[in-house]
Amino acid sequence: MQQITMGQAVQQALFEEMRRDPDVFIAGEGVGQSIHESPIMPTYGLLKEFGPSRVKDTPVSEAAIAGLAVGSSVMGLRPVVEIMFNPFITIASDQIVNHAAKLRYLSGGKSTFPMVVRVKTGAGFGAGCQHSHNLEAWVAHCPGLKVVMPGTPADAKGLLKSAIRDDNPVIFIEDMMLYFAPGQVPKEDYSIPIGVADIKKQGKDVTVVTWSKMLGVAFKAATELSKEGIEIEIVDLRTLAPLDKETILQSVRKTGRLVILHEATRTGGFGGEIAALVAEEAFGDLKAPIKRVAAPDIPVPFSPPLEQFYIPNEGQLIQAVKTLTSL
Amino acid sequence: MTNQSKLESYETMLLIRRFEEKLTELCKMERKIPGMMILCTGQEAVAAGVCGALEKDDVIISNHRSHGHLIAKGADTKELMAEIYGKRTGCNKGKSGTLHMAVPEVNALCTTTVVGGGIPIAVGTAFAQQYKKQDQITVCFFGNGTTDEGSFHEALNMAALWNLPVIFVCENNVYAGAQRTEHITKIKDIAVRAMAYDMPGEIVDGNDAVAVYEAINSARARCLLGEGPILLECKTYRWRGHGEADHQVYQPKDEIDAWMARCPIKKLQGELMQEGLLSEQDIVRIEARVAETVESAVDFAEKSPWPDLQEALEDVYV
Repeated sequence: MQQITMGQAVQQALFEEMRRDPDVFIAGEGVGQSIHESPIMPTYGLLKEFGPSRVKDTPVSEAAIAGLAVGSSVMGLRPVVEIMFNPFITIASDQIVNHAAKLRYLSGGKSTFPMVVRVKTGAGFGAGCQHSHNLEAWVAHCPGLKVVMPGTPADAKGLLKSAIRDDNPVIFIEDMMLYFAPGQVPKEDYSIPIGVADIKKQGKDVTVVTWSKMLGVAFKAATELSKEGIEIEIVDLRTLAPLDKETILQSVRKTGRLVILHEATRTGGFGGEIAALVAEEAFGDLKAPIKRVAAPDIPVPFSPPLEQFYIPNEGQLIQAVKTLTSL
Repeated sequence: MTNQSKLESYETMLLIRRFEEKLTELCKMERKIPGMMILCTGQEAVAAGVCGALEKDDVIISNHRSHGHLIAKGADTKELMAEIYGKRTGCNKGKSGTLHMAVPEVNALCTTTVVGGGIPIAVGTAFAQQYKKQDQITVCFFGNGTTDEGSFHEALNMAALWNLPVIFVCENNVYAGAQRTEHITKIKDIAVRAMAYDMPGEIVDGNDAVAVYEAINSARARCLLGEGPILLECKTYRWRGHGEADHQVYQPKDEIDAWMARCPIKKLQGELMQEGLLSEQDIVRIEARVAETVESAVDFAEKSPWPDLQEALEDVYV
């Protein structure tokens, strides 16, 4: 094992997959020569080892970057392209929503699109709402895409390897605050299957379904709640599409209570999908109503205290859990 | 262009024309064909000229006016017709219909109905050809309206920057939807847009299959030398509207007549006859062969089964 950050874990996956498969190439704005010349940034060092023919610094052209991935993947390459910030995916969304997601279906299964779009996301670094906006529900709503959102360095490395080896378009969403978060990561080659959730902490009282950066919030709440004798079970989805329904349902059947925790805004968020799933398939096992802890329905504010107000925290989760256990 | 290629182009154009005339007829017959039907009638010289100059391994990316491109690239007319009918035996199992047919067997890898959507994809396929060091190129077909889309400009810049082996073929057919080009685009010639990306921009008579062929032939050679993309504007005209339900009230009758008098098929036919390469008897023979191809395509489509409903759930993921 090694203690590395998630930025380094992503970087290791990119290095290892590029060494393993010459069809893998990288493209995006500043993926080679970067303004963030730091060893913990995901694409640091790639240009030096693989050169400009495989590490393509692109023009500032999100639609063309995504189209590059669609067109090169149908030809058998395995592009890993980067969209610098999640809100910018709106500019690339024609290629992602209308083409990457649909062209296999439209071809009647004749064509495949083994491409990965790495998207950086997350509030917390003071850049305001045009740089910070979690839009995972948008892409998860499109059949044909797989959507991955890791919460730990080890998951990020193993899932990115699976994403690169997957023959479907994968939207791989990385929370930028997690780039600096360290964790234990295996040194050997390993992959983590897409579509399999992970129970990060066992508990008997309340199921907390979460993903990405909110995993840390769940752990902080768990520590506090344990002191009062409440044991939450933390289900880290890791993948939103395809969704690991069984793991969620099994956990809810065990605890009888569910809180969904995500950073994205509440209305139309992916939490609603999980709530609906459990209401449809495990209603009889519920001892209390389902609760969601999510950001308020506002764009991410700039002012530091307002931005912190936006991001869901352990206090809100603890309150939600206690409300359910008192019922 | 060899005599053989000219004759092949002639037959290809005739096949496209008769195939689409049949579609016009079928659209008028109730319930024969569902959905939209956007035809390239009058533009056959571009399809035949471009694809005639390509090798089988070269890639084409097409758009909503795709029938000509696909037929000229060598797609099976039976499977195309069955797809247009929405039958299981269609080239895409009835999932795409007329508007988004992909025929990977002939490297027609994508047909998109999103205006401008195909151009960034062509950059991707050309990038893959360059990356794999293959002696292949990509041709991307689009209309004049497309060049007002941002994706056009992003893609041309990227293709030029990386010297990608791609020919951007603009079929300037005078209209975008119901709008005449001069009402929505300031410039007169689309080809001048190439200047902004430091790539050649050429204009060719889009009703002259030989001229189109020659232009593509030299552009292809240039691409294979690694000298980068070009933008080729083919000046042509669409005889039909934006869909067979389009009443074409915005297209002056005398304008349509003038362009019909410049029919690309009659033009090549006249030249071939003048050069002694085609006789009246040859024409009758070719017409019969084309008619037989179209009839058997319709017959195949009519007799083919609908897909099972469960098949709708397949082919989303690998």
